[in-house]
Amino acid sequence: MVQNIIEVRNLSKSFDISSKEPGLKGTIKHFFRRQTKSLKVIKDISFEIKEGEIVGFLGANGAGKTTILKMLCGLIYPSEGSILVSGYLPFKRKENFLKNITLIMGQKQQLIWDLPPIESFYLNASIYDLNKFEAKRRIKKLSEMLEIDEELFIPVRKLSLGQRMKSELLAALIHEPNILFLDEPTLGLDINAQRNLRKFLQKYNKETNATICLTSHYMKDITSLCKRVICVHEGALSYDGKLDLLLKKLSPVKEILIVCRSEEDAIKLENSGFTVKNKIKNEITIKIENNSITSSLKTILNNFDIEDLFINEPPIDEIIGRVLIKKDYDI
Amino acid sequence: MISKLINRKIFTLLKVQYSNMLEYRVEIALWAISGIIPFFMLNIWTNNNLNESINISDVMLSRYFLCAFFVRQFSVVWVVFSFEEDSLMGKVSPYLIQPLNPFFRYFAQHLAEQITRFPFALLIAFFFFIFNPESIWIPNLGILFLSIVSTFLSFLIQFLIQSIIACLCFWTEKASSVERLLFIPTLFLSGLLAPVVSFPTYVKSWIYLTPFPYLIDFPANLLSGNETNISGGLSMQILWIFLLFPLFKKIWSEGTKKYTAMGS
Repeated sequence: MVQNIIEVRNLSKSFDISSKEPGLKGTIKHFFRRQTKSLKVIKDISFEIKEGEIVGFLGANGAGKTTILKMLCGLIYPSEGSILVSGYLPFKRKENFLKNITLIMGQKQQLIWDLPPIESFYLNASIYDLNKFEAKRRIKKLSEMLEIDEELFIPVRKLSLGQRMKSELLAALIHEPNILFLDEPTLGLDINAQRNLRKFLQKYNKETNATICLTSHYMKDITSLCKRVICVHEGALSYDGKLDLLLKKLSPVKEILIVCRSEEDAIKLENSGFTVKNKIKNEITIKIENNSITSSLKTILNNFDIEDLFINEPPIDEIIGRVLIKKDYDI
Repeated sequence: MISKLINRKIFTLLKVQYSNMLEYRVEIALWAISGIIPFFMLNIWTNNNLNESINISDVMLSRYFLCAFFVRQFSVVWVVFSFEEDSLMGKVSPYLIQPLNPFFRYFAQHLAEQITRFPFALLIAFFFFIFNPESIWIPNLGILFLSIVSTFLSFLIQFLIQSIIACLCFWTEKASSVERLLFIPTLFLSGLLAPVVSFPTYVKSWIYLTPFPYLIDFPANLLSGNETNISGGLSMQILWIFLLFPLFKKIWSEGTKKYTAMGS
């Protein structure tokens, strides 16, 4: 039986936020009497993640995804509740825990800007107590997987964003962590670089059975990497389960564009009881529920003179977009 | 085994930071030049015969200010500014989840910068001796060794003081403003502008209770051969380190609980 590697119980986090009224009056008031209020950004959430799972955290900006990741890796202290990652309390930041995890933030870098990445790799290797030969072996292996070679010896400031991101990944994975926290790892990358990064993460997960917790606003990252998603809405969990179940639930109907041989056929079809979205001359778009799609198509093909038909899946971004603004999904 | 590992970490950190510092060699040369305040002070003192009031000869005074320049070069600390910037920009976050306290990085940066400064400081000293040939002297090896130790201890005290202030970044975004409060006493009481011996007796007795005279005055007097209480000075430096280190550890552990990882 696969064990839970992350266990979160009734986790909450509050931040003290100071607010200021606009204008000079507000500024003076703010100078003499600062008003702060406690804002609960994570509200009583619980979940478990199994070893080797890739879980996507979905939510709108400010929903609390990154805060959850920061608490899971021990960067910030939880206000309430408990977290156990790989048997450790993350915030204690015990050496063995830190050697087991990594955090990659798409918009932040740890590489030394003016030096080639290889210098940062050897530095990280020594921080994680790897000897020179082992460090060399891992750098070689990871650079092959990430398809970077000459870039290792070029100052970071001269590298492209994609090359930098690959180097960041190598620096973050040199100690072969078995839990990866990835906060928008593909941010700003072009389509090819995004695809390569996803391929790399899939391969890394397969080869090392590493657990990956990922946040991303690129739906392709989520759909190609994660079977399970955790949706966060205003600091609370709105859904935790399989991604395909969520998609089915959110998108129960498919749109079918049917091109009839004649306009008369289109009119006949329009009046035959299907839910019609629109009709332009001999082209008609109808909506059919996912569970009756085969039987409905059989009926249409048998009873109408059809020239062509297209099944349109609603864009995944649109479906997920609905999750980000809704509070609860009971599936 | 453990010390071997730590040494390897520190050695690699130093090596990498030194490579990084060499990228900024012109900037470091300028920093070294900007540290010539003691030479201006020497000029003011000798032109106004102020040294007569404290019974120090011109030669000894010029050696004192040269040594003050050297001690300053190898004990300059800026950790509060680096940490504040890194903290505000969220750069501290990746370091916090590595099994090495981020202050080791800053510590290595400082040491690497000192190594980079060394040739520039020597060059400035060389020019100083050209203009003041009567000041040339060779300290004996024992004194030289103790002066290096004392300069390093001075650096440690300043590093700890600034690290403690830097940790205030966990509570306030502008911890460096607290550091500015310390700038004035450091400037006046450390011996950078005037040897502490020149202060009135009742002021001196108070000054010696603070860490400031052990930052420049004591190591500079030691190196220049002026009369000084070597064992007393070294003991006070070690005492201050023993007082400041646990305070740093405490404030670090409390501060990291407050860390909000802003900017990342």
